[in-house]
Amino acid sequence: MDFSSIDWNEMGGATIDTLQMMGFATLFTFIIGLPLGIILFVFSKSNSIVLQAIYRVLSLVVNIIRSVPFIILILALIPFTRMIMGVSTGVEGTIPPLVIAAAPFFARLVETSLREVDKGVIEASYAMGASTMQVIRKVLLPESLPGLIAGMTITVVTLVSYTAMSGMVGGGGLGDLAIRYGYYRYESEIMLISVVFMIILVQILQMVGDRLVIYFSRK
Amino acid sequence: MIQLKNIKKVYGKKKNQTTALSGLNLTVEKGEIFGVIGHSGAGKSTLIRCINLLERPTSGEVWVGGVELTRLGKKELQQHRGKIGMIFQHFNLLSSATVYDNIAFPLTIRGAGKAEIKSKVEELLSLVGLEEHRNKYPAQLSGGQKQRVGIARALASDPDVLLCDEATSALDPQTTDSILSLLLDINKKFNLTIMLITHEMHVIQSICDRVAVIHAGGIVEEGPVTEVFLKPKHFITKEFVNRDSFSGEHAVYRTGQKWTRLVQITYLGSKTYESTLSQVVRETGVDFAILQGAISTIKDTPYGKLIVALEGTEDAVQQTIQKLQEHDLDVEVME
Repeated sequence: MDFSSIDWNEMGGATIDTLQMMGFATLFTFIIGLPLGIILFVFSKSNSIVLQAIYRVLSLVVNIIRSVPFIILILALIPFTRMIMGVSTGVEGTIPPLVIAAAPFFARLVETSLREVDKGVIEASYAMGASTMQVIRKVLLPESLPGLIAGMTITVVTLVSYTAMSGMVGGGGLGDLAIRYGYYRYESEIMLISVVFMIILVQILQMVGDRLVIYFSRK
Repeated sequence: MIQLKNIKKVYGKKKNQTTALSGLNLTVEKGEIFGVIGHSGAGKSTLIRCINLLERPTSGEVWVGGVELTRLGKKELQQHRGKIGMIFQHFNLLSSATVYDNIAFPLTIRGAGKAEIKSKVEELLSLVGLEEHRNKYPAQLSGGQKQRVGIARALASDPDVLLCDEATSALDPQTTDSILSLLLDINKKFNLTIMLITHEMHVIQSICDRVAVIHAGGIVEEGPVTEVFLKPKHFITKEFVNRDSFSGEHAVYRTGQKWTRLVQITYLGSKTYESTLSQVVRETGVDFAILQGAISTIKDTPYGKLIVALEGTEDAVQQTIQKLQEHDLDVEVME
């Protein structure tokens, strides 16, 4: 193995690309996935037939998106990505499919965390005269915070591996580098380093996530 | 204060229906402590949840403080629920909030200001004796302390009524007594109406003024605790009363030439501590043996319940019974 031929500038650029993709995708996944998860939870508990029906439709859509392999999803979404971002490759072109794949996934994790909240506490809050919005903001979210953080950690780690996959279709970042140089050009040094960088990244994310979960756990 | 009119609650759809409450009527007066006792599955949990409409009755009217809750819209109901405090068997505190923030919760959802919240919470912390624990989380507290937080939280919005859903059932006997005496204090101090449900006769006996016995979704007996406790009529009531004090099993016996009669003597009030029995038997020359007995208090009222065997001539025994009755004791011949 000869590491001297590695272009560290390119390596750094790819790392930044990966971080950018991950960062933006995480942000939008959170913005879309959290309300979606709350809606799934609240509607599934509702007595209203209409809301129950909406729950079933949303639940079906979430399941369908989660069933499609990510690599297929990227390809299928190319027209849509082009429409909203103007391009379908590079960092910008990768973010929409990342978000569309990860948001339903995160929403399910949110829904599961909210289900874990003690029903008695929710009942007590309604008994004190809280509205549904107040129960969501002041009871469900604070009570499930450790679970939500754990869910977010899982989602971010999944996003990192998704960014690597997007390298297959010209997505940019470390995964792209690993495939272009390491796989197509047999420069296994670059592949190795890219993978090591990603391992380190995932390790750091998981560690931070775990620490936060411990910090916010009160049970 | 609380009035339930013909409350029915049916669960399930047409084929698989279970009736939890079958046309129940109940009135709780202002300032009293009203207890509902029943076995699990009798409908008591459903009953107390119908009062603040955590469970909506299938039919019937719920009135609290002169307002018919069953008629209110969502917003109005939320407002009125603020006037009904509730505490629970499993406390139901926010695990992510401190003692202070838990007590402040009903005030924050009402949108109260910081200063108002602070003064109210401080006052309640000292009322329930948890000043030093204000910054702890529920997981760091004992069961009794958690229930104190629950009580403080329920009082934060200055309710007219406090509902207690098996509030002491998860606590040990000593803690139960300390929570009960706290409830009694609050009742006296704020003239707060308390309605509690329980399966323990001890709870009823300790603090309640009136009691209703619930069985199979209906009330089978109701009245002042002294009356219901000392003279139970329905078999369920007898079951509850006897489990705590009287087994009811006595050997009927006659010794030698003497004529023996088993009687149950019930004392109520200050008579409990008087020497009536000994005075009477001295006059009539009858001997007696105490087979079973209890002398205790129901809330603040002393009572005694003795089962004694009176021994003597038939005339003397009859005379004794008559004299005891003349002293206003309740005497019941058991054979």
